Amino acid sequence: MTAVLKLGVAGLSRALAAREISSVELTQGLLAGIDAHSDLGAFLCTDADHALAEARAADAAIAAGSAGPLTGVPIAHKDIFVTDHARSGLPSTAGSKMLAGYASPFDATVVARLGAGEAGPAGRGPGAGMVTLGKLNCDEFAMGSSNENSAFGPVLNPWDRQRVPGGSSGGSAAAVAARLVPAATGTDTGGSIRQPASFTGITGIKPTYGVCSRYGMIAFASSLDQAGPMARSAEDCAMLLSAMSGFDARDATSAERPPQDYAALMRKARAGASAAKPLQGLRVGLPKEFFPAALAADVNGAVRAALAELEKLGATLVDVSLPRTELSIPVYYIIAPAEASSNLGRFDGVKFGHRAAQYADLMEMYKKSRAEGFGPEVKRRIMIGTYVLSHGYYDAYYLQAQKLRRMIADDFQACFSAGAQGCDLIAGPVAPTVAWKLGEQGDDPLQAYLADIFTLPASLAGLPGMSVPAGLGAHGMPVGLQLIGNYFDEGTLLHTAHALQQATDFHLRTPQGY
Amino acid sequence: MALTPQDVNRIAHLARLELSAAEQAQMLDQLNGFFGIVEQMRAVDTRGVEPLSTPLSALHPVQLRLRDDLVTEGNDRPANQKSAPAVEGGLFLVPRVIE
Amino acid sequence: MPTHSPLVRGFEVVIGLETHAQLSTASKIFSGASTSFGAAPNTQACAVDLALPGTLPVMNRGAVERAIRLGLAVGAKVAPVSIFARKNYFYPDLPKGYQISQYETPVVQGGRIEFVLDGAARSVRLTRAHLEEDAGKSLHEDYANQTGIDLNRAGTPLLEIVSEPDIRSGAEAVEYAKALHALVVWLGICDGNMQEGSFRCDANVSVRRPGAALGTRREIKNLNSFRNMQAAIEFEVQWQIDRLEDGLPIEQATVLFNPDSGETRAMRSKEDAHDYRYFPDPDLPPLVIAADWIEGVRVSMPELPAAMAARFVRDDGLSTDDAALMTQSLAFARYYEALRSACGNAKLAANWLMGEVSKRLNAEGRDITAATLRPATLAQLIVRVLDGTLSNNSARQVFEVLWIDALAEVDAVIAAKGLKQMNDSGALEAIVDAVLAANAKSVEEFRAGKDKAFNALVGQVMKASQGKANPAQAGELLRRRLG
Repeated sequence: MTAVLKLGVAGLSRALAAREISSVELTQGLLAGIDAHSDLGAFLCTDADHALAEARAADAAIAAGSAGPLTGVPIAHKDIFVTDHARSGLPSTAGSKMLAGYASPFDATVVARLGAGEAGPAGRGPGAGMVTLGKLNCDEFAMGSSNENSAFGPVLNPWDRQRVPGGSSGGSAAAVAARLVPAATGTDTGGSIRQPASFTGITGIKPTYGVCSRYGMIAFASSLDQAGPMARSAEDCAMLLSAMSGFDARDATSAERPPQDYAALMRKARAGASAAKPLQGLRVGLPKEFFPAALAADVNGAVRAALAELEKLGATLVDVSLPRTELSIPVYYIIAPAEASSNLGRFDGVKFGHRAAQYADLMEMYKKSRAEGFGPEVKRRIMIGTYVLSHGYYDAYYLQAQKLRRMIADDFQACFSAGAQGCDLIAGPVAPTVAWKLGEQGDDPLQAYLADIFTLPASLAGLPGMSVPAGLGAHGMPVGLQLIGNYFDEGTLLHTAHALQQATDFHLRTPQGY
Repeated sequence: MALTPQDVNRIAHLARLELSAAEQAQMLDQLNGFFGIVEQMRAVDTRGVEPLSTPLSALHPVQLRLRDDLVTEGNDRPANQKSAPAVEGGLFLVPRVIE
Repeated sequence: MPTHSPLVRGFEVVIGLETHAQLSTASKIFSGASTSFGAAPNTQACAVDLALPGTLPVMNRGAVERAIRLGLAVGAKVAPVSIFARKNYFYPDLPKGYQISQYETPVVQGGRIEFVLDGAARSVRLTRAHLEEDAGKSLHEDYANQTGIDLNRAGTPLLEIVSEPDIRSGAEAVEYAKALHALVVWLGICDGNMQEGSFRCDANVSVRRPGAALGTRREIKNLNSFRNMQAAIEFEVQWQIDRLEDGLPIEQATVLFNPDSGETRAMRSKEDAHDYRYFPDPDLPPLVIAADWIEGVRVSMPELPAAMAARFVRDDGLSTDDAALMTQSLAFARYYEALRSACGNAKLAANWLMGEVSKRLNAEGRDITAATLRPATLAQLIVRVLDGTLSNNSARQVFEVLWIDALAEVDAVIAAKGLKQMNDSGALEAIVDAVLAANAKSVEEFRAGKDKAFNALVGQVMKASQGKANPAQAGELLRRRLG
């Protein structure tokens, strides 16, 4: 029983189909574990009644033979996704006091597709039938890389409870790493799936911008936000991504493509590959800018070791350059706050969300409600974004950043499309260090911004990026290998990660006591 | 190019954020620290470069998808106003607005 | 460009109009909520309109199609690529904290509106027309010290049509606005209902000494009737001239017009220094309008009023003024065409529409679409005048019946009222002889060369025949008798 509870998505899919366990038993068992480990701070809320109702429906579907591969498998959602309160009993807070207790009247598209399905004219119909256990902690409005910016307290890293799990999808990462849930959703704007996955030794993928609908994702930076799965393995991520991705008419930036079977793409053998050399012919580019002198030795060692494994599997490592890697920090921290400052304008205490108790007039109501509702990092980014868009500064900051964004995207294309010399993937570390200690960065936000350097370029270009466990570094903390693919080439990312995970056990390492 | 306390006040007002004196001072330091790393970006020659505002346009031309002119939404007022701070007779209430 | 510049107290008046035309779509510009007017508060504000967390905009093709129509009608460039931008500001009736509009690259660029002012042809250039979403409504009445917000109108599609500062008087502003109003209704892109706010104008007004640089402008907001527009502009012009003559400066401001006091006053709530932080909306990729779409719209458009009026002058022989009246609205023009074809006499058709029909419609404050009298029936009446059955006076009496009774049949009414004109010359000769005998004085005067006396005799004949005599025929007989 307890062993089954620790299985990943694929394992549970098989166990449920084989009736080794029912979805109800699974749900009860996992909810008990979530309560037992509430001190991690990973979960913001659960709703046993609704979860068990979903589990019963799943068991009925399994019994009726109408179940899909994910039916009855539990999942939890980053609390940046809205969940229909009437249906699920779950509030949607974005980790912010501004939205404490907020009752959404609808489900995010990703939530609906993984769960009960989408009704309505724009809806895709039945969902994957997964059971929603609850909502996961995150940095406020997904702004942060340590999960210390949540209004509802930090999340502890199960590998070392003195350390951060990364962010902004810190609750998702900690919950999966601690085996509290087999899988979770995350969102990645500048690295918020990849970096926490790296810090907690799990597998996470941020797909190409437009692959997953943003409808129902509380917006941080609209031109960068992307949803993705966080789980134990590439195989689990592939199964989840197939269910949560695809065109959505409610998101004007959603890519119009036929539904993809990422599990099949993951297994698809490469031309000229063999059992011993599944990655034969795969060219993996290593940007020199991703391996600076300042890169922590333990991270460098773990990443190089994982790259050596890829070579053993037939991959060819080639040196490439992404010359504007360092520039991606100011470019991102202009564009994302600018969009955020506008996206957060709707939180004015009029239609929903926090309203100050005392105010003399409308102006004071606005200023007090927003001052009380938003935390320090969110205020900082609103200030930066408001400033760079304000009169007389737009061209120098926002427009310049948008132009550099184009140059950064072009740098990637130069690597991918150099004919025979071009590479299929780009690889490097996810973060310059392993997870740092809680409070270590004090109140110097700049340190955290600089630590995003390796995840920002792919985000700005809109490319798919993945974090794959690459063993342990200093203090026995996990290190992640970042794989970046070309547009809509999630298949190659998953195939490569899967091959690595078939040959190594990095992804099977589990923190003590979980 | 450093920000002044006046800049911080002006931006905080535009953004409708009430900042205490201490918050303003800290914000000024942090923003100036941040804009320090922005200077390198401003120096880059980007003449003739097309700004990239929707990422996939780096891959292929992206154009706005249009919806047919159909009424698909009914009246969901009760659910939509469930989290409203102040409602009366279906109206959202705010302090008196003087025009 | 302006050709006439009437001076006011030695100052030239410079006016540019910004008109918000509410587009006649069924659903909102970025959501599937209904745009119909007058629903209970916030019952037509869906999750997207309320900016609930996680919602996103999806553009309505119908709104774009209507923008293309206007662009083609005013001879503007319909932009192959235009960009939606966010205009950021806080106001309770603005749910997202920004308005989605078009800033640097609007969908319609250039064009002109042509109209007649004091009998002279005028042309006002358009700067642009752009698509944007409307805001909600703030209701100040019902709640003590509080304002109620109704977001039903939020997200209603608007086309903001901006003119160049080519207008030189309040009267010209009104004629421009009337021409634009007639055009958007003609095109079927706006219902033109000014009471419901479907067509609202803001006027940018400044004054200057002839030849001097443009003065500082003040923007008069929300002029929702043509009468208010003229009054507001004229008050504003006098106010600005007073200031300048007193050596006082004019600050740029947004002002409201109070129809009761007839005065304009600066708004307080918008004093807050405007810094809208426009930037391209990352939720909405560029709006691309292909040439074949524009052509498709072009072929589906009705003939434009100017072209139709020219055709009426050319083919029907109407005067320019009559043709202009016949094309005052598409419905009116269609009625005229049906009437003219059915009765075969364009001039009479136009006269009846300008005369009796317009008289009744004006009296009842309705437009031609409300008329129950069908063109075919009115045509029958005109035919009876043409074939001599009815005198014009009798025809008017028949018209009164036809106007209120849609089922009445022309010949039946003529018979019932015994209005058939007397065309039997024997009976008429008898009457003529009797009249001549009874009016020897008039006869003498006529012979003495007084034409008026002749008319008096004709009148006597008509009277004696109770109006049934054909005046022409009676006149002819009299002349013969008087040799």
